[in-house]
Formats: sequence, C-alpha cells, structure tokens
Amino acid sequence: MSDSLLTLRPPLIGGRKTPGDVTTDVAGPTERGVTWKWWAAFLPALAMLGLGFVAIGYQVMTGIGTWGLNRTVGWAFDITNFVFWVGIGHAGTLISAVLFLLRQKWRTSVNRSAEAMTLFAVMCAGIFPLIHMGRPWLAFWVLPYPNTRGSLWVNFRSPLLWDVFAISVYFIVSAVFWYIGLIPDLATLRDRASGLRRKLLAFFAIGWNGSMRTWARYEMVYLLLAGLATPLVLSVHSIVSFDFATSVIPGWHTTIFPPYFVAGAIFSGMAMVLTLMLIARSVMGLEHYLTHRHIDAMCKLILATSGMVGLAYLTEIFTAFYSGNPYEQFAFANRALGPMAWAYWIMVSCNVLIPQIFWFRAMRRNLMVVFIIAIFVNIGMWFERFVIIVTSLHRDFLPSAWSSYTPTPIEVATLIGSFGLFFTLFLIFCRFLPMIAIAEIKGVLHVGREEAHHG
Amino acid sequence: MAERYMLAVFDDEHSTIAAVNDLVASGYRPVDVYTPYAVHGLDRAMGLSRTKIAMACAIAGFLGAGAKLFFQYWVAAVDWPVNVGGKPLFSLPAFVPVTFEVGVLLAAFGAVLAFVWTSRLYPGKEHFVIHPRVTDDRFVVLLEEKDASFEHERVRALCMKNNAIEIEERPMRPGAYE
Repeated sequence: MSDSLLTLRPPLIGGRKTPGDVTTDVAGPTERGVTWKWWAAFLPALAMLGLGFVAIGYQVMTGIGTWGLNRTVGWAFDITNFVFWVGIGHAGTLISAVLFLLRQKWRTSVNRSAEAMTLFAVMCAGIFPLIHMGRPWLAFWVLPYPNTRGSLWVNFRSPLLWDVFAISVYFIVSAVFWYIGLIPDLATLRDRASGLRRKLLAFFAIGWNGSMRTWARYEMVYLLLAGLATPLVLSVHSIVSFDFATSVIPGWHTTIFPPYFVAGAIFSGMAMVLTLMLIARSVMGLEHYLTHRHIDAMCKLILATSGMVGLAYLTEIFTAFYSGNPYEQFAFANRALGPMAWAYWIMVSCNVLIPQIFWFRAMRRNLMVVFIIAIFVNIGMWFERFVIIVTSLHRDFLPSAWSSYTPTPIEVATLIGSFGLFFTLFLIFCRFLPMIAIAEIKGVLHVGREEAHHG
Repeated sequence: MAERYMLAVFDDEHSTIAAVNDLVASGYRPVDVYTPYAVHGLDRAMGLSRTKIAMACAIAGFLGAGAKLFFQYWVAAVDWPVNVGGKPLFSLPAFVPVTFEVGVLLAAFGAVLAFVWTSRLYPGKEHFVIHPRVTDDRFVVLLEEKDASFEHERVRALCMKNNAIEIEERPMRPGAYE
C-alpha cells in the first residue's frame, strides 16, 4: 500500500504523539493564560500600533501633504507598503489552498497560522489605500451603490477598482476558509472549557458534534474553498500588478508583471511565515509539530521563488534592451546605476543572492541562519516594491521635472504602525485560538510511522 | 417516543473502520459515526452518498459572475454611457477581473451556505453530546435498535472483536443525534 512507502520518510509529527496529546498540546496554551514571553512580544507590538494610530490620526486630520510626495513622485511609500502587505498574505493562501490541492501533508502544521497571517496582512494592506484617499470617511464611494449623484457609478474599467474587488473578495474568502477550518477545533476547545468561555466557544462552533456525515460534507466544502482560493490568490496579485502594468510608465508597462508579482508575493510571504513560525515555535513550545522537515520544505520554496524573482529581474533588463525603446532602457539603467541604485542593489542582494545559501542542507537546518535569511528576504521584497514604484517615477520623460523622494517621519511611523497591527493581531490569535489545526494534525499523525494495521 | 440506540466507543480509526465494515456486512448500517477528525475511508464504509455541495457552489458562482457581468454592461453601456474616444461601451476585457472576483465570492458563499444548511449547523446551536471525548480522541459508532431483528449479542460481539473499549445502550428521541 502507498502508506507503507511513507515509512521511508521521517515522521511529520515528532514525539510519537497520540490524538489526545495533540488536543492537550495545542489547546493547552489557549487555556493556561499567557507567559512572560508573550507579554514581552505583545507590549512592543502594541506600542508600535499606538505610534501608528497617532501617525494616521495626524495625517488624516492634516492631509496627505504630510507625506514626502511631490509632483513627479506621486506614488511612493504607501503604495509600496500596500503591495508589500498584500504580497505577504499570499503565502498563507499558498500553504492553505495550493499545498492542500497538491496533497502536501506537511502543510497541516502551518496552515492555521499562515491563514491567520494572510488575514492580518490584508488588513494592514487595506489601511494604506484608505489613508491615501485623503478623506477615508468617504471610502464607501468605491462601492457601486445607487446614489443621489446620478447614479454616478464607479469605473469598472479601472485597475484601481479591480483592486478594490480583488482585495475585498480575497479577504472575505480567506476569512471564510479560515473560519471553516477552525470550526472542529473550536468544538474541541468547547468540550474542554466551562462557564462563559464554553458559551462563547459553543456559539462559534455552530453545534459541531463530530458526526461523520458532517465531516464528509466538511471535507467537500474545504476542497471547494481550496479550489476557489487557488485561482483567487493568483488573480489578486495579478490585479495588483495591473495597477502598474496597464499604465504607460517605462518600468511599469510590461507583460511580465502578473507572474512576476505573484512569484514575488509567495517569496516574501513564505519568508514572513518562516519568521513568525520560528518565533512561535519556541515561544509556544511547538517543536514537535513544526519540525525541521517543515522548515526545510519552506526554505526550498523560498529558494525556488527566489529563482523565479531573479529570472524576472533578468528578463526585465533583457526586454528593456532588446526592445530598443530608449525610455525603457533608461528606466532600467537608472534603476541599477542611478541615484537610487542603492535600493536596487539591496533588492538584488536580499532576494537573489542571499537566499542561494539555502542550497546547502546544513544551512536549512540551522534555525538562526534560516531566521536571518527570512528577515533579509522581507527587507529585500519591501525594497523591490519601492524600487519598482519610485525609480520608475522619479526621472520621467522630461529632465526638468526630475525629482527625488524621501519619506517623512509620518510615513515611516505609519509603516511601523502597520507592523504593530500585524504582530498585535497575530499574538492575540496565538493567545486565544488553536495555532495548529488540531483535527487535521490528528489525521496525519500516522504519516511516516510504522503501522501494523496497514496493508 | 424514545427509541433505543446502541453506542460502541473506539479509540483508534482503524478499529472503527473495521467495525463499521463488519457491521455493514452483517446488515447493521450505523446511523452515524462520530470522530475527532475526518477519517478517510469511513464515509465509504458507512455507504454515505456523495454530497451535492459542489453543485451549489458552481451554480452560485456562475449566477454571481453572470449577474456581475450584466451589471457592468448596464452601468457602462445603458445607465451612464461615457464615450471615451469612440471606444466600445461594452468593453468586455476590462470587465473580466471584477466578474471573476465576484464569481469566486458567490461560489464560496454558495458552498458554505449549502454546507451549513445540509448539516443543520448555525451559530449558537446546542450540540448533541454523543460522548464527552468525541472531539478529542474517541470514535463512536451509533446504531439504531430498530426492531426485534436487532441481535444485541451479535452486534456486541462484532464491536468487541474490533477492540471497542465501551458499549452502551441509550434511549433517545429519534433524530436527537442530528
């Protein structure tokens, strides 16, 4: 039988855990209350969030003139942050949906927290276009609703509107997928709890009783949602890239953008998943569930997507020179050699050169090295968006209009605030909800173990 | 009116599947089986029919996408036509992304609503407790003692042969387990 072949691989879950152990290990931290380590992470995150609130409050009251934008560079820091955060979210969907369809069983240890990461990252992303509107209280104008102005409808031909739909649908579908996955685990928690906690959990567990008839339908709905989330995630970053690709700006107007953005998104998101997992693994004591095998698999995904991103960089340069279009050629020469070359070379080093270390197995097993490289990739991918956006704009067709761009402290504080929001939400999630899909882990406990029953 | 039911409790998925196979072969089809996780192969052993949720998902998705495409056509070509350099009012390629996104959204809603509807789940529902540890590490096979043809000793023996750790008879209102 196929299962006997799996014994050739190392077990997915270490420590010879039984289903009962899984319940205790995962549900335990949500019941015991928090440790000092949790507070040590939560309080700085909350402080960052507070800083972000102050900065956002100030710029909403004063106006976005508080940013470092000028007539030439009309898009910079906040669009960079928007694309960065949307991209981070994509690894969560890759793990939860794409790897599910590909029957990659190792994903069960990471999918719950990766999906949570997706939700929080999309929330962070949403902040930036909202502020950029200048009058965020009129944000509902992006929705097509009958109004007293005509009705004046939204422009369905605009990529910015496509973005509104793509990001909202992505958020809603990810949230639904995440919640559906949580229901059996909420029932597990409910059956261990008492008092108000039990009542709350019972409300959200929607009467789950473990019936196999329900399980059979549940498996189907999970498969369908995974099947829907997979094209959705590809569409979301493609549409984000249309914001640029459908314009006529040299450096933006290229057909490579959709696949290039999607690969970059998965690359950056995987690095963020690794960053969070390595922290959570030690803080929450989940070493048996997030083994070297999981980290190794994610490192290989980073290596593969790093290669794709590197290929995209080379293709862009080649296309620019092969096109014979002097504006296109100038845009790329200016990126690599112009006044913002430092940003370009940070991008290339962090995204293409440094991840090559993952070719070595010993490096993939060294958690400190993995953590540091993941941080570098995060930085590199933030710079990728910055390079694409700012270097394409700051030297446009008319040399007299050339300009530069420096972020103001308000913009930096907003970025820090978005990280604060991300980590605050993630830590609250770790505290109150099962970080690991309990029911799914129980189903893969046998993988890689010798089982006398099989055959 | 209460009916009598028999519960067999197991602590392992393989014993559960084996027991269900034996019971079905002897003509005792379980009313339901309760498990802490989705046990693969158990649905087949129980003889469950394939769910039609995928159909609901597809219908909702296509209806949603169709409605959204029509809405975009109506907005751009009927209700407020704007002539942009003589370009076509119904510019189909530009309407594809939003049509796709709305189709996916409605398909997801369709699948989830069909799931909670057919499974009779809703927020705040009081759940049926077959066994306090069924969401932890116990597997429970529920059998209905329909009439005199239910041979208690035979069923009991079939369960014990497959390592049942506990067997209980419980009077319940029919359908209480749903």
